[in-house]
Formats: sequence, C-alpha cells, structure tokens
Amino acid sequence: MTNHIADFANSDVIWIMGGNPAENHPCAFKWVTKAMEKGAKLIVVDPRVTRSAAAATLYAPIRSGTDIAFMGGLISYILENKLYQEEYVREYTNASFLVNPKFEFNDGLFSGFNPTTKAYDKSTWTYQLDDKGIPKRDLTLSEPQCVLQLMKKHYARYTFDKVSAITGTPKDLLEQVYKMYSETGKPDKAGAIIYAMGQTQHSYGSQNVESLALVQLLLGNVGVAGGQVAAMRGLHNVQGSTDMAALYNNLPGYLATPMGREQSLADYLKRVVPTTNDPKSLNWWKNYPKYIVSLLKAWFGDAATKENDFAFNWLPKMAAGKDYSHIALFEAMNAGDIKGFIVIGQNPAVGGPNAGLERDALAKLDWMVVSELWETETTAFWKRPGVKPADIKTEVFLLPAASWVEREGSVTNTGRWVQWRNKAIDPVGDSKPDLWIVNQIMNRVRALYKRDGGAFADPITKLDWNYGDGLPHAHTIAKEINGRATADIKDDKGTVLIAAGKQIPAFASLRDDGLTTCGSWIYCGYYTDAGNMAARRDNSDPTGLYLYSGWAWNWPVNRRILYNRASLSPQGVPWDPKRAPLKWNPETKAFSGDVVDGGGAPDAIYPFIMNNEGVARLFAPGLAEGPFPEHYEAWESPVQNLLSKQQNNPIAKIWESDSNRRSDAAKYPIVGTTYRLSEHMQAGAMSRNLPWLVEAQPAPFVEMSEQLAAEKGIKNGDRVIVENTRGKVQMVAVVTKRIKPFNINGKTVHQVGLIWHWGYAGASTGDSANSLTPHVGDANTTIPEYKAWLCDVRKV
Amino acid sequence: MTKAMLIDTSICIGCKGCQVACKEWWNLAPTKTTQVGTYENPLDLNADTWTRIRFSEYEAGGKVRWLFMKWGCMQCANAACVDVCPTAALKKNALGFVSLERDLCNGCGYCSQACPFNIPRLETINALTGEAKATKCTFCQDRITNDLIPACVKTCPAAALGFSDRGKVLATAKTRVEDLKKLGYAEARVYGESELGGLGRVYVLTAPAAAYGLPEKPEYPVLANFWQNLLQPFGYVAVGATALGLGVNWVLTRRARLGDVETVEPET
Amino acid sequence: MSVSRRDFLKLGGATVGGLLLGNGLPDAVAAEGEPQFLLHKKVGEIATICTYCAVGCGQIVGVQGGRVVNVEGDPDHPINRGTLCSKGAANWQVIYSPERVTKVQYRAPGSDKWEEKSWDWALDRIAQKIKETRDKTFVAKDKDGATVNRTEGIAYLGGAQHTNEEVYSWVKAARALGIVYLEHQARI
Repeated sequence: MTNHIADFANSDVIWIMGGNPAENHPCAFKWVTKAMEKGAKLIVVDPRVTRSAAAATLYAPIRSGTDIAFMGGLISYILENKLYQEEYVREYTNASFLVNPKFEFNDGLFSGFNPTTKAYDKSTWTYQLDDKGIPKRDLTLSEPQCVLQLMKKHYARYTFDKVSAITGTPKDLLEQVYKMYSETGKPDKAGAIIYAMGQTQHSYGSQNVESLALVQLLLGNVGVAGGQVAAMRGLHNVQGSTDMAALYNNLPGYLATPMGREQSLADYLKRVVPTTNDPKSLNWWKNYPKYIVSLLKAWFGDAATKENDFAFNWLPKMAAGKDYSHIALFEAMNAGDIKGFIVIGQNPAVGGPNAGLERDALAKLDWMVVSELWETETTAFWKRPGVKPADIKTEVFLLPAASWVEREGSVTNTGRWVQWRNKAIDPVGDSKPDLWIVNQIMNRVRALYKRDGGAFADPITKLDWNYGDGLPHAHTIAKEINGRATADIKDDKGTVLIAAGKQIPAFASLRDDGLTTCGSWIYCGYYTDAGNMAARRDNSDPTGLYLYSGWAWNWPVNRRILYNRASLSPQGVPWDPKRAPLKWNPETKAFSGDVVDGGGAPDAIYPFIMNNEGVARLFAPGLAEGPFPEHYEAWESPVQNLLSKQQNNPIAKIWESDSNRRSDAAKYPIVGTTYRLSEHMQAGAMSRNLPWLVEAQPAPFVEMSEQLAAEKGIKNGDRVIVENTRGKVQMVAVVTKRIKPFNINGKTVHQVGLIWHWGYAGASTGDSANSLTPHVGDANTTIPEYKAWLCDVRKV
Repeated sequence: MTKAMLIDTSICIGCKGCQVACKEWWNLAPTKTTQVGTYENPLDLNADTWTRIRFSEYEAGGKVRWLFMKWGCMQCANAACVDVCPTAALKKNALGFVSLERDLCNGCGYCSQACPFNIPRLETINALTGEAKATKCTFCQDRITNDLIPACVKTCPAAALGFSDRGKVLATAKTRVEDLKKLGYAEARVYGESELGGLGRVYVLTAPAAAYGLPEKPEYPVLANFWQNLLQPFGYVAVGATALGLGVNWVLTRRARLGDVETVEPET
Repeated sequence: MSVSRRDFLKLGGATVGGLLLGNGLPDAVAAEGEPQFLLHKKVGEIATICTYCAVGCGQIVGVQGGRVVNVEGDPDHPINRGTLCSKGAANWQVIYSPERVTKVQYRAPGSDKWEEKSWDWALDRIAQKIKETRDKTFVAKDKDGATVNRTEGIAYLGGAQHTNEEVYSWVKAARALGIVYLEHQARI
C-alpha cells in the first residue's frame, strides 16, 4: 500500500476492484465504513455481488479478466473530458515528456516485438533527450509526441461501446462509475483504489495494476491522504517476507539478485543503479551500492572485505533470463531437476496453480523438509487419494513448528507497519520456533562443511552465523537486519558520528565502504539504540489523519504515506489544506506531519524519488508488455479480443504440455474464477483444522447464476462437477441472484466462482479448485492466471 | 440503567466474527454442519450456538442486495421466558438483559416454547436421564457486569455492533435511519424500539423486517399467560419428586419476581 | 510488552465497537439483589499480532497456569480497535488443536506411514541431505565460464508465515547454500 489501512477514512470515494476486503480483510473494512459515515461513496466492480459489494453505493458487474478495458475506458473518459488534476499531472508525472518518434503501437503490439522470440526490443520505448541528457518536456501537454497525447490516442480506442462489449458492464453503469470516481480529480478530493489478487492473478496482472496506478496519477490520488493504490495482501507477514526477499529475483530490500554474467560488484551495479542528469531528480536508487555492500557485510561479516569485492561472488547467480518463480520451480521439479525441497508454512498442493501437476511433481523429489503446524496436503502428498505410497520414493521430514503465541518477532502488515509479537507461552509439545529450526539446520550443515569440506564451502563456513546452539534471540536478528557500525564512523573532521558496534539510526547513514552492516536497508531504523521501534504502542493521532505515527514502525523511516511530497504543490501548498499529511513552514524551512519523502524545500526536488526521472510514470517502459496497459483476453477466454488481432498477452509465460493443456471454448464455454471466504485461510491448514471455522463454512462450493443453473438443470445445494482439460472437481452449487450472465458483444457468457481453500488433508476435506487453474503467468512477475480460465459445469 | 445492543445491518458485512467470538468466549462446541447452498451456517441456533448471522438475498428495484443480520436472544422487556421459567433460572436483570443461572435451570424447556423468537435451546447434559439445561445469549452476563462489553460487540470488525445505554442506542439508531433515508434507503427503519415492551437488541434495517426473516409484529405468547394453569403441573414433573418442595418455593418466588419485572421500564 | 489489566479496562470500553456509537462502559455493578457473575476466564494482557491476513490486527492473549485461555482483539490497536473477524476470533483453537503436529514426523521412501523421530536424528539427516544434494548439483561456473556459484538442485518455498527475523534468517541461509529456486506465497 502507498498509504495504510486507517487512511481509507480520509477518502471521498473508495473503489474496490479485484478485491473483496469485507470478505478477506474484515477488520480493515471498518475504515471504509468510517469514510462512508463521513459521506464517502463506495464503488465495487466485481463479477458478483460480494460481501464488499453489499455495502456499496454503486455496484457494477465485470467479466473476469477485463479490468484493463474497464480502466482504459476510464482513462479515455478522464483525458477526453479533462478531468485530470492538471498541475499534479504536469509537474509530478511524465505526462509532458516527449517520447521517441519511433515508438509505435499497432493492432495490439508495441514497437519492437519479435514474433519468433516472443519478446520486445524496448529501444524505442524511450524519451527524447536534450543536450544535457535530460528528457525533453512540453509543459503545455499539447505536443503530439508527449506522453499525455500518446496516452490519449492509445485509449481513444476504449469507447463506451467497446468497453461495455468486452467487460459485459452495462454502459449506463460504466458511465456512473467513471463519473463518480473522476470527481476525485479535483485537487481537494481524494480517492483510494483497493485491489488484491483479482487484479494481479492474470497473465497481464502487472498491467492491470498499472492501469489502476495510471488512473490514480491522473486524478492526483497518490501521495495524498485518502488517495492510494491499496494492495490488500493476504497473509500476516507476506509483506515482510517480500521485504526480506523470499523471492528468486530479489535480495532483501528489493535489491536485484545477481545474474551469471555479473562477475564483480561493479558489473552488477552497472546493471542495477539508475542514473539521471536532472539536478532536481533525487534518484534514490543511486544509493544502491551502500545497500548491497551493507547487506553483504551483514551476511558475510569480516569475511566480506573491499579486497574480495565484499564476497559478492559468494552470492548465487541466476542464469540470465531464466525464470525461477513458483510455476517454473514446479515445472523444474516435475522434470526431475530439483532433488531437495525445503517448505516452510506453505501448501502448494492446494494453493499452487494446476495443483494436480504440482502434487505429481513432489513425487520426483529425493527429499522434502516441511516446517508446519499441521499435516497438510503438501506434507501428505504421498498418501493422497489415487496414489500408491510404495511408488513414491520421496523422503519426507515434517518438523513441528511453534505457533504465533509461542515465539516472538516482528511481522509487517499490508500498510508496511512493522509490529512486534510477544511470546505468551512455551511451544506446545516438541514444537519449535522456526528460528531454532533454521539455526539447528545451518549449524549442522556448517559443521559438516567445516569437517568434510565440499563444493565451494566459503559462503557456508564463512557466513556470519553465530547465534549459539539454542534459540537465536529474535532481538539479535532484528538488530542485524537494522544494521550496525563495524568501526567508528567519522565525519571529515574526525568526529565520531556513530561509534563502532552501535546501531545505525536510519538508512541515510549506510555506507558502501564496509563500515556498516544492514540486513534490509528499508528496515534500517526499526531496531536502533533507542530500542525496538516495532513494539511502540502510542496510538494517539495528533494530525487527525489517522497516521498513528507513534504506533509500531512503518518502513521506510516511519513514513506513513509514501510519495507524500506529492500532497503539496511545487510551491509547498497542500492540494487540500483540510487533509494535509505534510505541512511546509517557509519560515522555519521545515516540514511537519508525516516523515517527508526526501529533504529540502518543496520545489528543491521532484516527489517520486524512487524513479530516476523524479516523477511518476504514465508511460512506463519498465513493464514487459509495453509502456501503456493494453487489453488482451485471458489465455483461456470464450470470446475474441475486440480491440486488436492480438488475442492474448503476446509475451505471457505459458508452460503448455500434456499436464497443462489449453481448454477449448467450444467444449468449455464457462469462465471460471477462484476466491476465498472470510471464514477460511488460503490453502486451509490454518482454518480447516479449526472446528469453529469448519462449522461456519463446512465445504467448498461453486457459485453460479440462476440462469446458468436453469440451463444445466442444477438446483441450489446440488452436487456438481466443474471440469476442464486439467482436472475435475466436485462441489456443492450455490445458485444465487448475486451473479448474472454477461452480455459480451451480444453473446451470453456465464461465469462461475469456486472456493479454493480445500484439499484432502486436515479436519475438513474437499476438492481443490486449483486442480483446474493453469500454469500460465504474467510476463513481469509470473504470477499465475488463477482468476480467469475456462470450464464446464454439470450436475453429478 | 438498561443497556441495549445496536445491530446496524446497513454496515454489517456478514463476516461471522460475532458468531465465532461468542463460541470463543463461552467455549461452545462446534455443530456438525453441511453446505446446502448458502453462506449461512449453522442454519439455526442450537445449544452451542447462541448467535449467528442470517443471510438473505433481496431483489428490489432491479438491484440485488445481500442482507446480513445477527440473530440471538432479543432480551425482551416483556420476556415471556422469564415469566414461564419455573425455577427463576431466567431473570430480568436491572441492566435490561435476561440473565441465565444454569445451576437453577431444570431443563423443562418452557422458555423455548414461550419465546416469540424461538431462541432458548436445551442442551442435553445427560443422554440417559434426559437431563438438560436451557442455553441462550445473555449479552455475556459476566463481561457486562465486569466492565467489559459483550464478546460479539467487541469483536465486530465492521463496527456494526454497539453496546450502550438503551436510550443512547435508540437515539443513534434513529439518527442512522434518517441518514440512510437520505442515502436512498427508503425502507430504512428501527426494529426493537417497542416490540414486546422494547427489545434489548435494537436493529437498524434497510429492508422490510420479513426480508431478514424477522417477525413484523412479534407477540407475547398467549400460552405464557396460562403458564400457571397449564404448564406449571408439568413443571413439577420435570423438576422431579425430590425437587417438589423446592418447586413450591420457586413458584412463590416467581410470583414475587413477576411483579418486579413488570416495573422495569425500558428507558427511551 | 504487555498491557496491564487496568489499561485494558480503561480502553476496553472507550475505544471499542460501533464507530457510530461510542460504546460506554456499562454501570459497574448490577443493582442490589441481582445475581453476581464472575468473569469465567482471564481476558488477556500479552499483546500480539493476529496470524491470518495482512491487516495486522492486535490481539490480547490471556494466560492462566501456562495455558492460553483467551485470545481477543487488542483494544489499544489503532487499526482493529479490539475487533477480530471470525478467523482471528477462532485463533485460540490453533494452539491446542488435536490436529496439530507436535512431534517430529518422518516418512521413509516408499513407506505408507509417518514415524515419530527425535529432533536430533531428523536435523542431522536433513543437514546430510542438504550437503549431499548441494555437493552433487553445485555449479561453480556456467558453460560460458562465468562464476555462478549456485545449486538448482534444492528449492526453498515459504516465508509468509514467518516473522521478519525468521524469514530473513532462512533467506540468508538459503542464499549462502547457493539456492536460486527461492520463492514464497507472495508470488502466487
């Protein structure tokens, strides 16, 4: 989230699309209610009337997978009617930047597409530069080659008729939504867009989110109180585990994983550090060398020296261009390339796409270690229905993990609040905290390498891993993540600024010369010599904007609203004085309120300090499919793309095989999607084993319209089969008025929604919806396309 | 001072937090349920389910709405259950709720039969002897008499539930109804202000009572007026021979208490 | 850090509940002659964060005799203000669930059952397996002669159920081992 949860209360209009917070984040929803109590409007756009939609001022249905078309229509509406916040767009985005004249878009493809390699050459997705190397701008926003005009041209194709024919949303409702939300383009209005996996889990999920971001930027809704792009994340520490980089392409703090050809720190930095010639662009990532060196020092300690490039080559390097993401991982496992598997609290046998394939893949392993509280479908894959355990040679270790009240440490919520958990009781039975488990395993591995040697042992034997024999103290690790000085840090005159061994107060003090360690630079400041900031409990609200700056700690640097500089005009005047997270005092030359993004006077620097342009990108060449989001149909769709000849995302990642075949619309004409229940959790182990939750929702089900049910002779409560080329599941039918068939370009298209929490293990069992979902991923992130695929339904 | 629970169905999100928090506080056993084509479960109150959310789909003016309503003991001012209880296990508390002292309950079940909302249920204590105890929501009688609010109200993520002086609750509910009407909910209304002398649960509704499955005009059961003549003899049987002497005393106590109860007026 | 019962009471009534209605504390004691009802269990005083979604609601844990008896919303917490959804409210059932695995379990190749093992036995064997597989699959230089120092023979999955300190430690360990197939729930 660019802001945080309580900030919803500051919004004038809240728009939920691709999420269902009343269902999945109930305790956040009170802040939506709070905003409504103050007069805010709530828009919900979703294939069905959800628990969130039940509270909406305005509900509009949409066919799964057509969000870019819906948003494209809105972008066009905003641009054609000049409803954007002009000064914000002109000053704080790249709307005025002139684009390379060779940049083109033609019938669904951007310039540079290579049909053989199915990849883009991005060399035309660039700005025109002046003689200083700074992008040329047209502040009148009228030059045909400026971003705003290119954008206008691109989205002019997204007419009401076209968008309605694609999405199935009636035209009058489209207009109502566009009108209601565009109101927030006024400088003193703020709108928040709340989304979740309904936006991301598509073969163009990143572009879905980009389209929301474009709307928010055009309307001046980023960086202001009540305006945000609100990603509602699903697990209690999924934000923290992303920050700490349990992802193949990252190291902690969103640093890139090195690639094979990078043979030195300098090679690596050449790729990852952005540059700018614009003096007003702070270009925060210029600090990259400080963060990677401090990380290497945290990991390899004294063994990381200037002479050995801070042990840069001890980090494993990815094969350039190779995908190691979840789907790729299971494909490699299924191919027999992966022999050993360590799983901590995750259950891919239920939660993974094409779950049947992923379950089969587990049988190809030599060994699997799982740290868990339960016997999950993943741990019990070798005795699942339909397999002979004797045929499965995988050795499985199930390690009993301590629950959340049996250990301490910090977790980070979706609003980036780092909050401390206290231990209440000792672990039950023989269960152990994961810190103890990882310490025991690593101590033993290190002892083996020290004793026997082995393949390149240095990163293991010289790892700074000195946590003793027992349970590492969570506070010790927290201090390591925060970082400390390895020797006295002095200023030019020799005065000690930070003494050796002291905690680093904030990441501005980190260094690239080895004098500092830091396990994750964005967490620098959460555990300082002043104490454990994550445990702070001051819930006062002096600004009246629900910032709660004294509660826990917000990364980065306790900033509650990211890009908050953009809440002020370049002259330092808040767009909305009644709702200003930041105030600039020209006399004292200081900001008050939230922690300001970057320093200096308001007009000293541009507000989007993480981009090397200093401004936000309406034209975003970083994305793989093109600098503007373009509508494509899902990999499996019942209709033709009405906007171009390009049916699917041309560069989506597809693993087509006998285990992952495309379902044909003639045989499987119904759009399928998956979603969750308030009463259950993700892959189910943490809820299907709790009797009170099983009582409240005892079994998986499939929701469908009364019309589809009548066509198929299905009555409410009947058992039905949902199937496609990848699998077949049996569930109870919930026949509801809350889903209506879609009229897609004159054709009736039905959609069904499946609850995905269940599997064959635990106290409550049922079929897994993910038996039907494909191994198809977004081109930027490889997130699987769970949310739009094809199937058929019949009565048992 | 009479207390009441505000149930604002216009902001309830049907998450069932209240349903589970009640089970957690009272450590109530789960019911074996099945999926029969609805988000609703359990499908009825039972000895171990004292509150639950009822779900209904309501289509009006071309708009489909999904209504959620928290259900449980209404804590009636004119509580028929209290009047028919032969053992004074059920009492009208000065705080306005109907308290339940399980030790006193003889499991006769009159309360269940007399309740206009079909709330109290019997929990079988001993399957062999048929011994049973009445169960129902008491507004968390231990919490509210110890400076805490009921578990369901405290847990409500949507802030749809409130607990306060009944006068304040009614005033809030009425203001909310006026606001809802301005927002276009023409059918918005308060339910519970005067029903059965005033309910301890005050609902804000945005659709007709029937759409939620609420009786439009709940009535004090005729049967309860005849409790002394009709039901009391069976009460002795239920209490059993050894308890007979005590039973007589209870009847006397009961009569005295009835007078008390009638003087408790809901404060509006 | 824990919250004193006194603080809890102070905040328990004042900040909790309906946004529309400032929930007032009920009158402390019922009228004379009314039955007295004692709190049948401890409410809680140890502050923690809920283990379900990413809203990060505060919880208060009540412990009596070394056993958790109650988990409810932390009334001080600025986001949830004492509230919890059905999952957060059911959280207590995780701790003593009969379904919970509380002993090390081992499944031998081809076996149809779990066997209970000691921690030491399992950890030693896991360490051996990791070393064996790593040594067998480690690639120091790729086919172009570039130093890559990785193994594609071991994969790691998980992290969103960890604390920050745990996931950081596992990531540090996994990268030191040369693991590149390193993923968790955030991807999917």
